[in-house]
Amino acid sequence: MGETLFDKIWNRHAVTELADGSTLIYVDRILLHERTGAIAVKSLLEAGRQVHAPDQALAVIDHIVDTFPGRTDKTLMPGGTEFIRETRSATRLAGIELLDIDDARQGIVHVVSPELGIAQPGATIICPDSHTCTQGALGALAWGVGSSECEHALATQTLAVRKPRALRVLFEGELGYGVTAKDMILHLISTHGASGGAGFAVEFAGETVSALSVEARMTLCNMAVEFAAWTGLCAPDEKVFDYLVGRPYAPDASQWEAAVADWRSLRNDDDAAFDHEIHIDAAAIAPTITWGTSPQHATAISGRTPDPAAAADPVARQTLARALDYMGLVPGQALEGLPIDAAFIGSCTNSRVSDLRAAADVLRGRRVAEGVRAVCVPGSTPVKIAAEAEGLDAVFRAAGFEWRESGCSMCFFAGGEHFAAQSRVATTTNRNFENRQGPGVRSHLASPATVAASAIAGQIADVRKLAR
Amino acid sequence: MESFVSHSGIAAPLLQANIDTDAIIPSREMKSVSKTGLAAGLFANWRYTDVDRRIDNPDFVLNQPRYRGATILLAGANFGCGSSREHAVWALREFGFRCIVAPSFGAIFRGNCIRNGVLPATVDEAGFDTLAAAIDRSPKPDLAVDLVRCLVSGPQGIVLPFTLPAEDRDMLLEGLDEIGVTLKRMTQIEAFEALHKPRRPWLFRSRVAAS
Repeated sequence: MGETLFDKIWNRHAVTELADGSTLIYVDRILLHERTGAIAVKSLLEAGRQVHAPDQALAVIDHIVDTFPGRTDKTLMPGGTEFIRETRSATRLAGIELLDIDDARQGIVHVVSPELGIAQPGATIICPDSHTCTQGALGALAWGVGSSECEHALATQTLAVRKPRALRVLFEGELGYGVTAKDMILHLISTHGASGGAGFAVEFAGETVSALSVEARMTLCNMAVEFAAWTGLCAPDEKVFDYLVGRPYAPDASQWEAAVADWRSLRNDDDAAFDHEIHIDAAAIAPTITWGTSPQHATAISGRTPDPAAAADPVARQTLARALDYMGLVPGQALEGLPIDAAFIGSCTNSRVSDLRAAADVLRGRRVAEGVRAVCVPGSTPVKIAAEAEGLDAVFRAAGFEWRESGCSMCFFAGGEHFAAQSRVATTTNRNFENRQGPGVRSHLASPATVAASAIAGQIADVRKLAR
Repeated sequence: MESFVSHSGIAAPLLQANIDTDAIIPSREMKSVSKTGLAAGLFANWRYTDVDRRIDNPDFVLNQPRYRGATILLAGANFGCGSSREHAVWALREFGFRCIVAPSFGAIFRGNCIRNGVLPATVDEAGFDTLAAAIDRSPKPDLAVDLVRCLVSGPQGIVLPFTLPAEDRDMLLEGLDEIGVTLKRMTQIEAFEALHKPRRPWLFRSRVAAS
């Protein structure tokens, strides 16, 4: 039987099969950030061990660094400075390159890695961060681990992994106006559940996926983890090859032809089989938004909150009731028209230049509604600079958005900046958990265009209803 | 790492599904570059009515006298989903938990448990519901967990099998230092590298300066 794309990358990196049925997988690249990476390196060095291949690792400062202009390592988050300084000293001791706060390449790790050409077809990449799956958009096998597993990889350049099963999600047809990759993944999670991908490496495929830009595929793969998938990936194609041309860590001119020839082999064999398949009709996907405290609590923008009484069992009823209560909503309530207090455009899900363009297209010539706090955090310093070169920052500012330096920012609350307690936020991030963006903060996940449209309207809005 | 062979203790129920690691250890509670000092932050947003002043919420299960000193957690499906933060396991361990019984776990969280001597025992949904009901009805919410036979024993004579991959069971039973074990294979790993890296050298460019 033929191999899937996933099989091929897996098999190419299998050092040995272990007695218990797991595989020792070679890790090409280890990415680190200050929040979970410093402890991994520190723990390794304290055990008297060494990093096996410092040149195959890269660290960035992204998670708890502030994003206001002029930021330094003296963070608003109490204790944040320690994380940054320990990362500096640990990476220096270990000989690992660090993209520090003022480095021109600094940014959110899963924005920076593709941007630098580190995420490549056929590469195995790990990071102590759950959204590492983002990089599967480049045809890499990229997955998140904890700090201890990261430490193991730093010491041995391998991880022992029990091979996940293979799931293919086929999206067919054309996306409607105002419908994006963010809506695709929210639609998948809401229809198949936050556990739908558990135990699987998920390949996203089909004509709809092929039609997506590489950056949009990153949005899709980013939230594979919210589907409980081990990872997400897309087969590399000409768009991916074009994306990688000239990037600093991508193949250089002398290697290019050989690399592309190799990359072209990274596709499912005609007789490859998947353990499971899901088919989704793109026409069935509308602009989507979450209403509750799990990414699976999502609905089309025209939808309503569910009624807990209709839930199958008492625990499910209680969970839905709790989510509605936390979000300050009632059963059967419409999402469209819900007043918002804030709008956030940023995060490893949606902060790349194409995301900012999509939001800017909605914001151009319009103003954020009175009383709505609006913040935009570009995904990396290069993204910020490219956006400024296109004049996007001027569009955001003129509309009333704060324009920030790059970082993970208010995707989550670590004791630094956060949205006001109990505020309702339309956000392009990936998690709407209780208290994720601040104490009592009510997060509604959506695409950049939907968030921009909602910011202008001062309420959750359907971007398709705005004049184009 | 401390090994896990068997354990008996009070089991506290947190039955809702999809409890994420932000709930287990809010980002704000990850205050230093350390694996310790996290117990006070465990479930902070649910456990306290005033998080800053650490005023207990009497309604939260871990604050109820019946479940004080709990060392086993009975949790809903997909426990530990979300962020990869290993701090979630470090906090649970430091608080005193040795075992979590659930229908399913977030994958990264599950792996983190194994590496910290915490047993993630996966049980089937129906068995889980029966166990939860028995714990609720019982005057003493005690459970016994046996990793050799992979059984959970509870009130009213309930005995439930649980599963986990063989390699994880071995790691827990033996208290393995996983890195030490793999380091013994470095010759084999380096032999792989010697073939892999020249074959696909473009994967290994390094030290490219900022432009």
